[in-house]
Amino acid sequence: MSEVLVLVEHVEGQIKKVTLELLTLARRLGTPSAVWAGPGYSAEAKARLAEYGAEKIYVADSADIADYVVAPKAELLAQLVSSASPAAVLVAATAEAKEIAGRLAIKIDSGVLTDAVGIGEGLVADQSIFGGGVNVQSRVTKGTPIFAVRPNATPVEAAAGAGAEEQVTVAVSDAAKVAKVVDRVKEEKGARPELTEAAIVVSGGRGVGSAENFSIIEKLADSLGAAVGASRAATDAGWYPHQFQVGQTGKTVSPQLYIAAGISGAIQHRAGMQTAKTIVAINKDPEAPIFELADYGVVGDLNQVVPQLTDEIAKRK
Amino acid sequence: MNIVVCVKQVPDTATERKLRSDDKTLDRDAADGVVNELDEYAVEEALRLKEAHGGEVTVLTMGPDKASDTIRKALAMGADKAVHLVDDALHGSDALGTSYALAQTLKKIGFDLVVLGSESTDARTGVLAAMLAERLNVPQLTFANKVEVNGSAIAIQRVTDYGYDKVEASLPAVVSVVEKINEPRYPSFKGIMAAKKKPVEKLGVADAEIDTSQVGLANSWSEVADFSAAPPRAAGTIVKDEGDGGVKAADFLASKKFV
Ligand SMILES: Cc1cc2nc3c(=O)[nH]c(=O)nc-3n(C[C@H](O)[C@H](O)[C@H](O)COP(=O)(O)OP(=O)(O)OC[C@H]3O[C@@H](n4cnc5c(N)ncnc54)[C@H](O)[C@@H]3O)c2cc1C
Ligand SMILES: Nc1ncnc2c1ncn2[C@@H]1O[C@H](COP(=O)(O)O)[C@@H](O)[C@H]1O
Repeated sequence: MSEVLVLVEHVEGQIKKVTLELLTLARRLGTPSAVWAGPGYSAEAKARLAEYGAEKIYVADSADIADYVVAPKAELLAQLVSSASPAAVLVAATAEAKEIAGRLAIKIDSGVLTDAVGIGEGLVADQSIFGGGVNVQSRVTKGTPIFAVRPNATPVEAAAGAGAEEQVTVAVSDAAKVAKVVDRVKEEKGARPELTEAAIVVSGGRGVGSAENFSIIEKLADSLGAAVGASRAATDAGWYPHQFQVGQTGKTVSPQLYIAAGISGAIQHRAGMQTAKTIVAINKDPEAPIFELADYGVVGDLNQVVPQLTDEIAKRK
Repeated sequence: MNIVVCVKQVPDTATERKLRSDDKTLDRDAADGVVNELDEYAVEEALRLKEAHGGEVTVLTMGPDKASDTIRKALAMGADKAVHLVDDALHGSDALGTSYALAQTLKKIGFDLVVLGSESTDARTGVLAAMLAERLNVPQLTFANKVEVNGSAIAIQRVTDYGYDKVEASLPAVVSVVEKINEPRYPSFKGIMAAKKKPVEKLGVADAEIDTSQVGLANSWSEVADFSAAPPRAAGTIVKDEGDGGVKAADFLASKKFV
């Protein structure tokens, strides 16, 4: 079977869950080969990739690759596509990986499909468009198909692969060294999972009332090991940082569970969350449109309901 | 500084958005066309850079005739002139085709800086700026929440999951902006009137030296095989809080094995 290249997502050497999802998916399409780009590769990383099915691991861990915006990673993948002739290339549908996929597509003259939620027979991708309103099946018609797959779309299954390591040297071209990353600034984030990757997201909206009161949303999130999200009304008000905004102009999330507290469920918010598997809404207005989506809804004051729910979860642990 | 800002007309999210049953492309007649919201931030950033450093702001859009409304809005905000790439041969182009057509046009009209929104609300691919940087062989400065130009040097803050990266490059370059980089201005009455007199140049594929084998539905690198309306969500259980709403919600979560 042909190789399927999987670009590994990693932060400070830690492999993100979406990579394990992509390896799981790649096993159904061919023989998974993980591609490690940038510094941070380790024996643990190798073991983890092999545990989830990587037969091969291409390692290109020079600093050069991460020191310039996107272009070097696209060059690396283009080089591997030409040497390995894979059946497909999979990346996570994150902002940066989609850009890598886009530049790769031009380099190898191949089609790219973004935000796939599944890839089936004949490399047909499932996509959910218009904020979850329409399901589309699409395919690449030219070149080596490139897919950017949404986090949380594939249940992870371990299956040991050989994990044969192959060092790759890329001579990053001068053309790819024109946008230099001179500093990486980490803003405080704490121990919560990343919003787009999280299995559970707890979001607060205008109904939360203030920045201080977002602590009740955070407490509920922490009791569930969840990420915190926010509606645009809440981020616009400055109650919660913008990078946590869910919706049309924010992040798209498809977690197993989405809890919306004090969020009305405007179409632009729904566009970012309505593919969640289970939706729970807490809102004092019984007419709020979010209840049309909710699998379970509580009509009530979130100041009462949310802390009670948090306590109750703690009790049941 | 010669700044070109790429603006896209998209169907209003608040109206029903559909694909056409015949060729499975976006049904642009079914919904009202509006300026892609993030592109308003792109226009605003372009105007601010012009105000700070001098130069000219050109709006570039590719789209059918009715996309001219979008051009007017950007001109009313203060852009100086516009180029409208419009040709039936472009219908149905995918991201690769669109980036090729826009890149050809940009080469034709020239630029020091190209500014885009980071994502459109219809396609939501978020790849166009990266593709333009690749095709034009200039630095990619995308997902910016801050842009600073100093002579021919340009620096941005690139938003990341953990915070931001500081990125440096020199002009010419492609920039894409995120929401909240600025607060887009509303067109004033005077701006709206002035926009009517501003030059809008219409270009077809031949004018922009676009090879028609690289654009259009038939030449796209991908295709929609099939589509269907997503099945509606099954109606859920809604309870009124009688002092035990949190407990009931916990029961529900437990029944679904979340706790
Ligand atoms: C172009 C465009 C793009 C947009 N993009 C986004 C986007 O990406 N994400 C996004 O979220 N929005 C987006 N919006 C905004 C969107 O239209 C809504 O305005 C926004 O989602 C509303 O946020 P909200 O639900 O928190 O606030 P509201 O609509 O004001 O709803 C607040 C809810 O809280 C309830 N409430 C109040 N107090 C309590 C209480 N004590 N207990 C329980 N419930 C309470 C109220 O009943 C109400 O239903 C966009 C809009 C436009 C025009
Ligand atoms: N047809 C178009 N005409 C002009 N600009 C466009 C067009 N399509 C996309 N863009 C630009 O590319 C950005 C990203 O679009 P997308 O890749 O579709 O998410 C938009 O915010 C626009 O700035």
